[in-house]
Amino acid sequence: MTAETLIALVACALVGIGLYGLIVQPHPLRKLVAFNVMGSGVFVIFGALARRGAAAGMPADPVPQALLITAIVVAFAATAMTVALLLRLIESTGSASLAAEPPAADGEAR
Amino acid sequence: MSFALDLFSVVAVSGGALFYLAGTVGLLRFPDAYTRLHALTKADNVGMALVVIGLMPQVGGVLAGLKLVLVWLLVVFSSAAVSQLIARTARRRDART
Amino acid sequence: MRAVVSLVVVLLLLWLAVWTVVARDAFLAVAGFIAYGLLLSLVWVRLYGIDVALTEAAIGGGLTGALLLGAVGRLRGTEAAARSERPGVGTRVLAMALSLGVTAALVLCVLALPEPGPTLAPQVARELPATGVGNPITGVLLAFRALDTLLEAIVLVIALIGVWSLAPDRFWGGRPGMRHHADPDGVLAYFARVLPPIGIVVGVYLLWAGADHPGGKFQSATILAAMWMLVQMAGLADAPAVGNRLLRAGIVAGPLVFVAVGLLGLWTAGYFLGYPQGWAKPMIVAIEVALLPTLVLVLALLMSGAPARSAER
Repeated sequence: MTAETLIALVACALVGIGLYGLIVQPHPLRKLVAFNVMGSGVFVIFGALARRGAAAGMPADPVPQALLITAIVVAFAATAMTVALLLRLIESTGSASLAAEPPAADGEAR
Repeated sequence: MSFALDLFSVVAVSGGALFYLAGTVGLLRFPDAYTRLHALTKADNVGMALVVIGLMPQVGGVLAGLKLVLVWLLVVFSSAAVSQLIARTARRRDART
Repeated sequence: MRAVVSLVVVLLLLWLAVWTVVARDAFLAVAGFIAYGLLLSLVWVRLYGIDVALTEAAIGGGLTGALLLGAVGRLRGTEAAARSERPGVGTRVLAMALSLGVTAALVLCVLALPEPGPTLAPQVARELPATGVGNPITGVLLAFRALDTLLEAIVLVIALIGVWSLAPDRFWGGRPGMRHHADPDGVLAYFARVLPPIGIVVGVYLLWAGADHPGGKFQSATILAAMWMLVQMAGLADAPAVGNRLLRAGIVAGPLVFVAVGLLGLWTAGYFLGYPQGWAKPMIVAIEVALLPTLVLVLALLMSGAPARSAER
C-alpha cells in the first residue's frame, strides 16, 4: 500500500468523522467546523487522485490540483457567509438554536 | 565535505527538534500562562534557529539561504509580539478575578 | 523513513479531527481546527501539491481559522443553551452507523480505482509552453480552465454581497466590526507598523513568482488581506464603509477586467477567454494584476463580516 493510498483512506475516515460531528453537534458553529473537516477530507481524496495521475515529468496531475485551489477558496467564502448568517441569527433571536422552539438561555428546555 | 555538511545538518536539526520538545514539555507541565509562554517562545525560537542553521548547507544558493533567515526573523518577530499580547491579556484576566 | 513521517502525520491528523469534532468547548474545537489545517498542508506537500499546500495553509487554516475564532468570541453566551439540545444515544448510534457506512463506501471506491490513474498531465505539458507560464497550475487556472477562475471570482463577490445583505437596516452601507483601539505605543501597534511592509513585499513577490514557481494570486491576496486586517486590528486604520464607491469599484474591477479579456478573446481568437497567439502571457499577467485588488478586498471584507456600525466616524 503506497503512502498515497494510505492518505486517501485516512481522508475517507476524515469525511466520516466530519459527518458524525455535523449530525451530532447541536451548536451551529460546531456543525460548521465539522462540515469543514468533512470538506477537507473530500479535498484530500481528490488530491490523492491527482497524485496518482503523475505523468509527463510532473509529480502530480495539475488539473485536479487547480480545481482544489478553487474549491478551498469557495469553501472559505461559504464558511464566511455561514458565520455571518449565524451571527445574524443570534442577534435576531438571542439564541443559536436551529430548533423550532429554542431553549431558554440558561439551558432549560421549554 | 558533503558528508561533513550532511552530518552537521542532521546534528543541528536534531538539536532544534530537542529544543522544540523541551518547549512542548514546558507547555504541558508548567503551572500558569506566563511560564508556559516563556518556555514556548524561548525554546521554540532557539529550536527554529538551529533548524534554519542546519538547513543552510542543504539549500542551493545564497538567495535560498537568505529566505530561510527571513523566515526565522519573521517567526521570532511574530512570536515575540504575540507572546507579549497573550501575557498582557492573561494579566488583565488575573487582575479581574 | 519518509513512510514513517507520513504515517505519523496522518495519525496525528486523524486524532486532531476526532478531537475537533468531540471537544467540549467551541474554542478548543476551533483551535484544534487551526492546527488541523496547518497539518493538512504537510499532507498536501506529501502529495506534491505545493500550490494547494500554500492555499490550504493560508486560506484553509489561516483565514478560516481566524474567522471561526472571531465567531467563537462572539458566541460565548449561546453555548450553554446549545448543550441542552445534545442528541440522545439513539441519534448518536445512528450517526455513527451512517458515518461508518459513508467511510466504508468511500474506502471501497478508493480501493477499486483503476490502476494506471487517468491523467491530463501529458496534455498540459504539451500545451503549457504556448501559454508562456512555467507553473502548470497557473497555466491550468488562467489559460486552460480560465472560465472556472472567472466564475470563482464572481462567486466570491456574490458571497460578499450576501454577507453585506445581512446588515441591520440602520447600518446599511456602514462599517463592519467594532472600532479597534490599541495603545499607539504598544506592542500591537508596533507589530502592525513593522510587519505590513514585509508582508506586502512577500505578497507581491508571490503573485509574480506564481507564473513559474508555486504561488499565485490567491496565496498573494491572502497575505495582503492579512496585513490589512492586522492594521485594522491595531486601530491604525478603520474598516472601510461598505457603501464607499471606490471600494465597490475596486471589488468589481477584477471580474470586469476578466470578462473584458474574455470578450477580447472572443473577438481575436475566436472563443471566449481565448488568447491570441503570443499574447497569452500579457493577458494572464493583466488578469492576475486586475484580480489581485478584488481578491484582497473580498477576502478581508468576508473576514470582517456584515456592517455593524454607521458609516460616519
